Amino acid sequence: MRPALTMVMITVFTLCGACVKPYEREFLADPIMSFSRDPIADKHRHHVFEVRESGRGAEGSEGGGCGCN
Amino acid sequence: MAPKAAKGAVVVATSLTLGQHLESARGHDLSARCLPVAALLAFGAVVVCASAPASAAALPEDRADAMYHYYKGGGTKVDGPALLVREGVGDKTSVQASYYADSVSGASIDVVTTASPYKDKRDEYGISADYLYRDSVLSASFTTSRESDYFADTFGFSVTQDLMGGLTTLNLGYSAGHDVVLRNTDATFERTIDRYQYRLGLSQVFTKTLIMSLNYEVIADDGYLNNPYRSARVLGSAVPEKYPLTRDSHAVALQLRQGLDLFDKQELRSAVQFDYRLFWDTWDINANTLEIGYHQYFGKRLLADVHYRYYSQDKAVFYNDSFPGEFLYMARDKELSTFNDHSLGFKVSYRWVDRGSFKFSQSFAYDYLKFKYDDFTDLRTGEPYSFKASTAQLFLSFWY
Repeated sequence: MRPALTMVMITVFTLCGACVKPYEREFLADPIMSFSRDPIADKHRHHVFEVRESGRGAEGSEGGGCGCN
Repeated sequence: MAPKAAKGAVVVATSLTLGQHLESARGHDLSARCLPVAALLAFGAVVVCASAPASAAALPEDRADAMYHYYKGGGTKVDGPALLVREGVGDKTSVQASYYADSVSGASIDVVTTASPYKDKRDEYGISADYLYRDSVLSASFTTSRESDYFADTFGFSVTQDLMGGLTTLNLGYSAGHDVVLRNTDATFERTIDRYQYRLGLSQVFTKTLIMSLNYEVIADDGYLNNPYRSARVLGSAVPEKYPLTRDSHAVALQLRQGLDLFDKQELRSAVQFDYRLFWDTWDINANTLEIGYHQYFGKRLLADVHYRYYSQDKAVFYNDSFPGEFLYMARDKELSTFNDHSLGFKVSYRWVDRGSFKFSQSFAYDYLKFKYDDFTDLRTGEPYSFKASTAQLFLSFWY
């Protein structure tokens, strides 16, 4: 039951997404909705953790050798 | 200083999630009955989405940032400037140049117990270009990083495609890096690392105030992954660390942003964020990262946020605080041990000028961090190691 319900939820969400017309996307364009509002600040913050943690990747940016071991 | 390689991007596809649910639903009778209805709805959704008005992909805004960043904790201080400039060239192209510097000084716990305090400086330069073609953005980048004992060059390519009338964005990325590891105390020492990153990402608009980003990234390292200075302990004696020559890691990250119109004024005054990342690698390290945040406008010019981040990981299979004998692989890097950290911080941005496309803002961010290690002993006290740290950023942003 649960997988099917999950599918229905995904479908509903997707349908809702389809209902978001271009003129209704004003809020989505607001900086407050951005995943990375200030790229330069996010780069530094990611680097702080990257140097001190083993977890890495899937942070929305391309990496480079940080020489941080 | 050997690498801990990279960061990266991206995301996962809804179709994959749907496929997984389809697969798991087969084993349940009730689910099987519901499945055709759900599948039909899903198909309908795809049709509706596909028929939505097309919206063109867009290039990033023209923007310049200048930042001073600061970190202090665990016996080390790191600070320096960073610059980033992005400029459109014609209607179809946008180029970016960046500079980032780290000046490191002090003595971390590794240094305190095994070597002398040090100073070092790292300079990183990056260039990239984005080309807009219909609903796609093609990107290429190059980054080079230099410090006294570590060089790193990385090339990257990515394609971003808008789908479903701009409600869905798919991203594919690949980058390859070549690093050179040196040792300041031995002019003849030189080792290399090849790194490869594969990224898949999806962002999805659910409602006019809810968006999601799902990223998946694989990073493969091949080469000298040790730190050439650090030692492991065998029966109380210091011996050079020995790491495997390869490491493959996987990360899946989910990000959600929900805008809030708390007073139903058709205004977006605040938003909440929820981010989660699952990480695993071939060194048997498993990690979880959770971050939540709240963003709020005060007036028209001030935007502030508070955020909390939690991270935890298991140790690498070849990590040991003190080895009972010689092993093929041995590490005593605290970043490979079992530990967790908490971070609590805020950021405020004030927009001084807002005239059409020209804007100018000033921002300040601060984070307080606390690291606690389960199986990494502070040799000075004999107790499990822990430390506190602070980071700060002060930056100016211009849009033009």
